[in-house]
Amino acid sequence: MVPFDSAPTASRAIVEVSWFDLGVAFGLILIAVGIARWQGVGLAQRLVIGAMRAVAQLVLVGYVLVSLFALDRWYLVVAALLLMLLVATQAAVTRQPGARRRLVMITGVAMLVASGLTLLYISTLVVRVAPWYNPQYMIPLFGMIVGSAMNAAAIAAERLHSEITARRAEIEAYLALGAHSHHASHHAVRQAMRASLIPTVNGLMVVGVVTLPGMMTGQILAGASPLIAIRYQIVVVFMQAAAVAMTTAIVTLWYRRTFFTPALQLRLETEERLSTRD
Amino acid sequence: MPEATNPRASGMQPSTNASTSTTPPPTCLPAAFTLHGVYQVRAGITVVDGVEVDIPHGEIIALVGPSGAGKTSLLRLLNRLDDPAGGEILYRARPITDYPVQALRRHVGFVFQSPVMFPGTVRDNLQVALALSGHQDQDADTRMAEAMALAELDHTLCDRAGDRLSGGQQQRVNIARALMTAPDVLLMDEPTSALDPETADRLLETTRRLSREQHLTVVMVTHRLAEARRSSDRTIVLERGRIVASGPTADVFGRTTDPRLRAFLATEP
Repeated sequence: MVPFDSAPTASRAIVEVSWFDLGVAFGLILIAVGIARWQGVGLAQRLVIGAMRAVAQLVLVGYVLVSLFALDRWYLVVAALLLMLLVATQAAVTRQPGARRRLVMITGVAMLVASGLTLLYISTLVVRVAPWYNPQYMIPLFGMIVGSAMNAAAIAAERLHSEITARRAEIEAYLALGAHSHHASHHAVRQAMRASLIPTVNGLMVVGVVTLPGMMTGQILAGASPLIAIRYQIVVVFMQAAAVAMTTAIVTLWYRRTFFTPALQLRLETEERLSTRD
Repeated sequence: MPEATNPRASGMQPSTNASTSTTPPPTCLPAAFTLHGVYQVRAGITVVDGVEVDIPHGEIIALVGPSGAGKTSLLRLLNRLDDPAGGEILYRARPITDYPVQALRRHVGFVFQSPVMFPGTVRDNLQVALALSGHQDQDADTRMAEAMALAELDHTLCDRAGDRLSGGQQQRVNIARALMTAPDVLLMDEPTSALDPETADRLLETTRRLSREQHLTVVMVTHRLAEARRSSDRTIVLERGRIVASGPTADVFGRTTDPRLRAFLATEP
């Protein structure tokens, strides 16, 4: 058995992917486009546009990261992290049913707190990044944390809205008995939290067995020892679990408050609900 | 539930009224509710329009009217599931907003049009209400047996899952559950609309007996005029959010001279 902290055993020369090679890789997209056209699903053009966008975005971010690494300024790193947070917040609230202005604030604050605390914990206690803003670590770590938090926030908010809508009669029955809104909505909150946490729990169960995570794969492809790569991956799955749990809790419990008035009255899409009542 | 027989004995006091201790107790029970110029607006439409009415204590009041008349909207104001857009609602002669809302709702029970079963058994459903009533110290089984008996619910159903009951049984569980908090008013929103005529008749008879024996004020929305005529002491007729007739049921049904109202009251869906 190979000792856990032995020297990398798989350090071989990295195969550099040239621009020509990327052009060859584009052939894979053409296969997807061909299938889409063959079956007439109407997505061929969007597939090509999507592939072009992916190339443009990744090339751009590559140059941005190179610049950030070269400039090595803490305020530029913080600005990059905040920009990532803003984009993730926008993505999490887009297409939310019944989206409200407050949901943007709730999601943004939840992701800021959850991702910020997780990054702080990881960078100071686990990876011990030096200097504290080292962009080589902070940006990829924060990207992975905030990506998971974004998905958790989106699922939690969407599920809470749908659960409260579906359980309107049950919730009002609790309220009519004199229950507090927390009690009246506890089934809805529990379901929303479960829905948000289950992908993370399932991910923990199958990581390394069914899936090889992208970060670990990337490190191995870049020449790192799999034993180094798995250690980072363990850190990643733990930090993602923490960020997801914190984001879920903050979004669910805070968002719930927006469904009730101070007089403990349920408020959904008020106009729609009330106009159909007698 | 003896406290339900006397509203003042139930211990609920307005939350923000310094004069409570200095006001002499009334010599007779005040109206359960008094509504002054109450209106409600939904999606820009006035659904309750300047309602002025007294709802006397211990009687069964039927709220009738055509679909869209504002019956449910009015009923929901009485235990603050909604608040009115304007006007004033008094409960036992004090503004309804003076009472802590949770305490108010325990004293003003609500039975919905479609019965709502909480997860679990009938017992679980009743225990939820018992826990909310703040009377857990008393013998839970006795209180549940009392509530089930009052709602004429077979005690052998106690451990039956709620979703395995018939519609009529579920509605009786909903009534029993509402009674667990010892209310002095029971608001019922078309409680028989989903029931067959025979079950509906039995439920109405239960309601009459509850009102009589427990001195319970019942405000019942119904679109079945025969139910209102047979079961209620007083009838309020709503049309487009306004009260077009109100008074003892016999008078409303028998003595109105308004031809349009007579035509409506002569219909029986």
